Amino acid sequence: MTKPDMKKSRAPQYFLAMALLISAVGLLQSWNSALSILNMGLISAIMALGVNLQWGYAGLFNVGVMGFVALGGLAVVLTSMPPVPAAWSAGGGRIVAALVVGVAIIAGAAVLWKKMPKGRTRGLVLTAFLVAGFFLFRFLLDPAVAAIEAVDPAVSGYLGGLGLPVMLAWPVGGILAAGAAWLVAKTALGLRSDYLAIATLGIAEIILAVMKNEDWLSRGVKNVNGLPRPVPNEIDLQNAQWFLDMMTRFGMDPTTGSSIFVKLLYALLFLAVIILIVTAMELALKSPWGRMMRAIRDNEVAAEAMGKNVTGRHLQIFVLGAAIIGVAGAMMTTLDGQLTPTTYQPLRYTFLVWVMVIVGGSGNNWGAVLGGMLIWFLWIEVEPIGAWIVNVITSGMDDGSAFKAGLIERVAYMRYLTMGVILLVVLRFSPRGLLPEK
Amino acid sequence: MDILNALVAFANFVLIPATAYGAQLALGALGVTLIYGVLRFSNFAHGETMSFGAMVVVLVTALFQSWGISLGPLPTALLALPFGIAVTALLLLTTDRVVYKFYRKVKAAPVMLVIVSTGVMFVMNGVVRMVVGTEDRRFADGARFLVNARDFKAWSGLDEGLAIKTTQVITVVVALITVAALFWFLNKTRTGKSMRAFSDNEDLALLSGINPERVVTITWLLVAALATIAGALYGLDKSFKPFIYQQLLLPVFAAAIVGGIGNPLGAIAGGFVIAFSEVTLTYAFKKVITYLSPDSWSPDGLVQLLSTDYKFAVSFAILIIVLLFKPTGLFKGQSI
Repeated sequence: MTKPDMKKSRAPQYFLAMALLISAVGLLQSWNSALSILNMGLISAIMALGVNLQWGYAGLFNVGVMGFVALGGLAVVLTSMPPVPAAWSAGGGRIVAALVVGVAIIAGAAVLWKKMPKGRTRGLVLTAFLVAGFFLFRFLLDPAVAAIEAVDPAVSGYLGGLGLPVMLAWPVGGILAAGAAWLVAKTALGLRSDYLAIATLGIAEIILAVMKNEDWLSRGVKNVNGLPRPVPNEIDLQNAQWFLDMMTRFGMDPTTGSSIFVKLLYALLFLAVIILIVTAMELALKSPWGRMMRAIRDNEVAAEAMGKNVTGRHLQIFVLGAAIIGVAGAMMTTLDGQLTPTTYQPLRYTFLVWVMVIVGGSGNNWGAVLGGMLIWFLWIEVEPIGAWIVNVITSGMDDGSAFKAGLIERVAYMRYLTMGVILLVVLRFSPRGLLPEK
Repeated sequence: MDILNALVAFANFVLIPATAYGAQLALGALGVTLIYGVLRFSNFAHGETMSFGAMVVVLVTALFQSWGISLGPLPTALLALPFGIAVTALLLLTTDRVVYKFYRKVKAAPVMLVIVSTGVMFVMNGVVRMVVGTEDRRFADGARFLVNARDFKAWSGLDEGLAIKTTQVITVVVALITVAALFWFLNKTRTGKSMRAFSDNEDLALLSGINPERVVTITWLLVAALATIAGALYGLDKSFKPFIYQQLLLPVFAAAIVGGIGNPLGAIAGGFVIAFSEVTLTYAFKKVITYLSPDSWSPDGLVQLLSTDYKFAVSFAILIIVLLFKPTGLFKGQSI
């Protein structure tokens, strides 16, 4: 047996171990927690797949994951929430006009840049054009924004969405993220790798700033609650006769049962998406396209000499990876049932996904899935495990002691330290991750 | 038309805050640029390093205050600064020995070191959280204002009062001293020259007998000083929030790259370019324009070009423009 084959055979064991870990949560804590971890683990796995596509297949360093996740969340609001007719009549037309004008100004600037002869005149004309354009844009936008945000601000104050089925938001999230990624890639690809990193870091912050600030679009920091769900409501289930019958057959409490049932439905949906994405990515990896990608990653100069369009392929794979992350972001917001722009933090949504990819094994899709599940599990469970350890250590002390209280308070922050240590240890001693690239 | 009042309002809300902020960014960017010049990677943990340094300063300040030690009108934090630098230097040198040294030995790709630095970022973030928690702390004491708005009004007879916070003056003065000392070190001392030689051409420097590990150690010491001072000054000026420093990472990097990464002079210029653009574009000019316009007229809106939430967009836009048109930055990058 050759060495790569031995490594291949490790995957089932790891996934079995992962299943055991989640089952342990089910037995020791509750099945509700276990299924919550499973669901977010599956979503994290999809985010990790997106980053793996960019980093593992093409060596592109994207630290703007958070922005693409957030765009996916925005897609859910824009697709599935019912439109607010009062807001649309107050300023909808004007907003659309302003956005069209905004795009036209940028396109016009690009045309000017291409058509005019090089020199100082071009710079001056372009600057004047952009400044005038900015004021025109704000002149159109501002009154409309004020009008829309004045429409019943406590419950709406925004344009709402299209009122379409919520599952449709998942591909839409992918498309939105892909569009943003295309813009970043057009400007920053071809620069040095750390410049691309800083550019993606910046675009993520800007996407978040827009979502926090543009109330007419996303209600900003007022959040959007009560997003439609692709699965039945727990309350409806508890009132449905067929469900109550089923629960009596299993001998389960209908309240707990309904929440577990809903989480299982989500898990099935997420599993279906993962299987779809992994299959597509595995097929792509084994195709001539995948071989070309790895050739480019391993030696850009040689690949270019063979006539491959390196920048073009990088653009393609960056956009595809971002689309996958966007889908995951939309799924996450659907699962949460609300969009809260203030909860998006780079450590949680960008760098944690990086830990998942590196720990799982960059370049290996199953590794990304495993890393996503495992790191999410640790992210959630490190805190209770730490608290348990502290309790055991300090069991001799009396409950009122400041030292014990301080320790327990500090354990709450242990997850950041743990993630850093895990990442550093894996990078140092097993840089290819748990499931190395074949 | 009231030009004097307009000028005072402008100084109050744009000129002075932007100068202080620019000095803080410049110090942060200098740290990033030194690491880039000598160790050749973008250190994502720099924001957390600033946070850690500021945290030590906050804790030592509290200790001094409890002992009744103070500097009179100056903030006690200035006394605590050397201790903060020492502890941060210890942390950075330990990190280098435990983490980064291995990757230098195996000559890992720069992007690998960037990923490693994100691991360090997580660890430092966790340490800061575990030591001081997450809440805000104000640790500025001493006199609050150098120039008080009411006194200024009485003295000048203007409607608009000029207010200069002590912390703003201290920021600029300390930054000036730090930068002067850094440039003296880099340009005049033998060690500083060997650092620049190492940054310019590693192989040549090695051939001429420069000990690379010594250069690296000195770089970390300088970075510890710069990061701690930048972090403490920012915390003095605003308040110490452990997480704000992570958000500073983008403007700090933007400053370093805009100036030309690896170039200390560029880092300072970049810091002020970013700070002034951010503050100018997000300031509501209503007051200034009201003073400048004819008597009865005043603008309806706030005359704010961008909402303050978009300050990141400003750093980012400048960064992109510079990268597109002058990829090596305003000053030629990649040399100390």
